[in-house]
Amino acid sequence: MSDTVNSSYLPAGLPIPVAEHDSLSAPYWEGLRRGRLLVQRCSHCNIWQFGPEWICHRCHAFDPDWTEVGPCGRIFSWERVWHPSHTALKEHGPYLAVLVEIPHAGSVRMVGNLLGDPRQAVTIGADVEGVFEHHPVSDPPYSLLQWRLC
Amino acid sequence: MAPARTERTLRGRVAIIGIGETDYYRHGASPDPEFKLALKAILTACEDAGLDPREIDGFASYSDDRSDASRLAAALGTRGLRAATMQWGGGGGGCCAAVANAAASIVAGLADCVVVFRSLAQGQYGRFGQTTGIETISGEKAYLMPYGVLAPPQRFAMRVRRYMHEHGVRQEALRAIALASYHHAQSNPRAVMCGKALDAEKYDVSRWIAEPFHLYDCCMENDGAAAIVLVPAERAADFRNKPAYLLGAAVGSGYRTGAMPHNSPLYASASFDTVAPDLYRMAGLGPSDVGVVQSYENFTGGVVMALAEHGFFKPEDANEFLTPENLIAPSGRLPLNTSGGNLAECYMHGFELVLEAVRQVRGTSVNQVRRNDVAMVIGGPMVTPVSNLLLGSEATL
Repeated sequence: MSDTVNSSYLPAGLPIPVAEHDSLSAPYWEGLRRGRLLVQRCSHCNIWQFGPEWICHRCHAFDPDWTEVGPCGRIFSWERVWHPSHTALKEHGPYLAVLVEIPHAGSVRMVGNLLGDPRQAVTIGADVEGVFEHHPVSDPPYSLLQWRLC
Repeated sequence: MAPARTERTLRGRVAIIGIGETDYYRHGASPDPEFKLALKAILTACEDAGLDPREIDGFASYSDDRSDASRLAAALGTRGLRAATMQWGGGGGGCCAAVANAAASIVAGLADCVVVFRSLAQGQYGRFGQTTGIETISGEKAYLMPYGVLAPPQRFAMRVRRYMHEHGVRQEALRAIALASYHHAQSNPRAVMCGKALDAEKYDVSRWIAEPFHLYDCCMENDGAAAIVLVPAERAADFRNKPAYLLGAAVGSGYRTGAMPHNSPLYASASFDTVAPDLYRMAGLGPSDVGVVQSYENFTGGVVMALAEHGFFKPEDANEFLTPENLIAPSGRLPLNTSGGNLAECYMHGFELVLEAVRQVRGTSVNQVRRNDVAMVIGGPMVTPVSNLLLGSEATL
């Protein structure tokens, strides 16, 4: 079972993710709000696709289905960020971003933060599980998918 | 009977006959607005060539340059505008593509005298990577910014980290690229970092921006403008400077490089997997023919990947190849970024690299290399589309 937190890894004030005007990614962001990870999977040729697009890149069927995926994967790459590129991050200190691949969903990749000590050693290939980070009182409300070592 | 179709190529068809740039400034320090910088660079390039600016009949640029071709043509009183091309894509991925587009306009008979330029006044229009003040975000950046992956170094660090992991590339390889650029800048009076030497120790103790990038792995941000003038090869002898001929150019990226966010199949790449072979094919040359390289450094790690993808070494040999001694003019194994480039001359969005390649072919660089018949420019590692150029002297035609 993946976890849920209501505390935030990074300080408040960073840009809030919203779907595009054409709603392409709306199912993804709505899924996160419900604690579910949804990824496109073409119902015609079964290929996985992330980020979303209006068409399957392999068979060209339109509107690939959204499929729920267990939020676990492994670290494909990482970075420790020191320079604050936003006023909300001033004086915050380093933080970790990871690129996680999800082997059971066509090895699509997602960026998140690695929870825990921001100065920890990070190992490419380490198994991680998703943690839904909810921001219910933000305007608009949104949710992120974070990661922690299994 | 229809005439036989000639080979479709840019090789040897177009010559660069003028180069010009403004003074280069720290970001926000330009006394001139951006459009005026563009005009100054273009007039300097025309003066260098010995060309009446009214003869220009085309403009080409990239990265959504704000100095519009029609406004330039009106301001300069050019007699007629016949080509106006803007290369899609951000960053410096278009710095060579803009030259290719201009050359293609000439070879196709659309235009006869095309200026390629980039103008940038970040004091006037705001800095890259400035993210404060954005309330909501959609599209690719929505998957990144809420996690603090905001500015360019943060957007590229994971790609470089993966490459270092896959091929055993060490920090010293990145450092060598920074040291070469700063070394060359010390003898370049145009360079913003002229007089600010860098050594290995200073690099090692410099602060991290985003691991694996130290401060000195990251390009500057600057104000300025730079321009070149292209004419058909048969007109090259009419002008006062030794011409630099276009031997090849290529643009693009491989299969689904644009799959966002961070989902390109070939992730640990500078995006030249198809573009480098295209360049060599058009030029009829290979890596061993190249005497000097200008390679766009948004971040040093992208240069490691770009040079390997152009066949100068195998990724596994990066540590051995990328040493300061090998990368320094006049006679290193592969002199790199001989003006100081984006790290230490000026971040003219890579266009300063094109001007430096022309100087190398002419023999007028302040860090002149010995093997200067063939000069390469590599634009925009890690973005899509990327682009590249090979320039050569008359002897290479």
